[in-house]
Amino acid sequence: MADEIDQNRRCFLRRATTAVGGIGLAAASVPFLSYWMPSADTEAAGAPIKIDISSLQPRQQLAVPWRSMPIWIIYRDQGMLDALPKLDSTLRDPLSEQDQQPAYCKNINRSIKPQFFLTIGICTHLGCVPTYRPDVASVSPDWLGGFYCPCHGSKYDLSGRVYQNVPAPLNLKIPRHMYVSETEILVGQDQDGVQGAISIS
Amino acid sequence: MTEKVASKKNSLMTWIDKRYPLTDFWEKHLSKYYAPRNFNFWYFFGSFSLLVFVMQIVTGIWLVMEYTPTGGESFASVQHIMREVRYGWLLRFMHTTGASAFFVVVYLHMYRGLIYGSYQKPRELVWLMGMVIYFALLLEAFTGYVLPWGQMSYWGAAVITSFASAIPYLGEQLLIWLRGDFNVSGVTLHRFFSLHIIAIPFFLAALIFVHLVALHHVGSNNPDGIEIKNKKDKDGVPLDGIPFHPYYTVKDLVGVVVFLFVFSIVVFFVPTMGGYFIEHDNFIPANPMVTPLEISPVWYMTPFYAMLRAIPNKFMGLITMGAAVAIMFVLPWLDRSRVRSIRYKGKLSKIAIVIFVISFIGLGYLGSEPVSTVRTILARIFTVAYFAFFLFMPIYTFMEKTKPLPERVT
Repeated sequence: MADEIDQNRRCFLRRATTAVGGIGLAAASVPFLSYWMPSADTEAAGAPIKIDISSLQPRQQLAVPWRSMPIWIIYRDQGMLDALPKLDSTLRDPLSEQDQQPAYCKNINRSIKPQFFLTIGICTHLGCVPTYRPDVASVSPDWLGGFYCPCHGSKYDLSGRVYQNVPAPLNLKIPRHMYVSETEILVGQDQDGVQGAISIS
Repeated sequence: MTEKVASKKNSLMTWIDKRYPLTDFWEKHLSKYYAPRNFNFWYFFGSFSLLVFVMQIVTGIWLVMEYTPTGGESFASVQHIMREVRYGWLLRFMHTTGASAFFVVVYLHMYRGLIYGSYQKPRELVWLMGMVIYFALLLEAFTGYVLPWGQMSYWGAAVITSFASAIPYLGEQLLIWLRGDFNVSGVTLHRFFSLHIIAIPFFLAALIFVHLVALHHVGSNNPDGIEIKNKKDKDGVPLDGIPFHPYYTVKDLVGVVVFLFVFSIVVFFVPTMGGYFIEHDNFIPANPMVTPLEISPVWYMTPFYAMLRAIPNKFMGLITMGAAVAIMFVLPWLDRSRVRSIRYKGKLSKIAIVIFVISFIGLGYLGSEPVSTVRTILARIFTVAYFAFFLFMPIYTFMEKTKPLPERVT
């Protein structure tokens, strides 16, 4: 046998084998990683839902579970809508510049129709469900109505906009939604598609 | 540049080695573990066994994420995995194919031990550990097959657990204790689930560890059956030895690729293997009111099942079946030959092993077929041949003329 080892050949072979082996390992890991994505039935269970607001009364809150989250719809009366501009200076993000809502909700009412406010009822601090406090002066003497989170004291106005000087950093999140009739809202879907749709099949 | 990298690595390794025998382990078991240079095809199956073991654990972990181990939900949860979970069908088929692959590989591994006398002194413990692993593997496969809760799962569980009732006096109570209920039910399923995913795998892992420690302590055997440690060079390295790493790690890697090739063909094209890997009746949910027309265990247990059915007495049938497994344990003490490997044994041993293989495969086939008069007669003949291989071994291995052993491996 030859005493000389062809180091170049050896090096090439090692690198080539490692490269092909690496590709093989990457390919083999695809099923194991994809397996963790929501299964078809889980995805179906999280499909957009229609909420009927025909029996909602002024100042009333409707809470409907969707994807294990509370979806709130508040029927705001004129007094509540009038109070919204008064609070701008006390809010962290009064113009909804942070990406917490679809484009069609980037207004002072943070809704499609002014009287119906739809949001995900989860505090943007650490995820508790805040309480609905519509009554003036109920949370504090200057309180004009909104949501108060009991966990760490975060406060939001009746458009779900977060106050300054509270732990929560962002306005309440608003999901994609659209009106399929005057009294029915499809939550989780709009003209452009489904909320958080999974594209890997 | 190379020097800088080398010294950096050295100082990290030095730091670790002061605290943990990492380099020691690497050298003792891999880069300075001297294995015989003449390993052939038969020497792939030990490392294949380890590969399949790891694969079963990984695919098993994934399956358990979506499986429900209750009588009411289990069948549906398996269908959920097959139809709704992304790549669930692939994980499931990898696991079922892996179970059969495990036995293919283990039987071939055991055959290698048989023909090369790897069970002979000083490797009796390696063989014994291996036999315990084999038995644990049978239990693991059995408990695993129950989990889909199909007709075969249920009735296989019912038949195999009923063996306990053959024990005199305690039998009936023992049966209820084993099943956790008056008959096989969701309770049985649930406890078999625990045994299958935790108890037996831990046990298997420990056994495999001990099996390898025992092997490395004495060194590997080889196809010529001669002791390579008898001839060492001035540094104490066996003349016919080569370091396991890189020679056999690389060789095994090639083998693994070919194995995975064949494995993948089965997984993607014939996962049920015509009813041999996943039996037809298991696509029907378990029904305690109706037994399938033909019950048989999965192919890897059929040789023993054939023996059980061939004996016309319940108790004796069970004893025979148990003895068939038990007798393999004492193989190291039955073989009285002066040589280890079949290459140097006499004609009688060669004939005996051919008869043994034919009988084992024959019994395997018969165990998967329905009973008939001819088949029962054949099964009885093969059972006798199977035991004769072992029971006459002390005689024919002692008596026969063996060939002279070579000085060095061939």
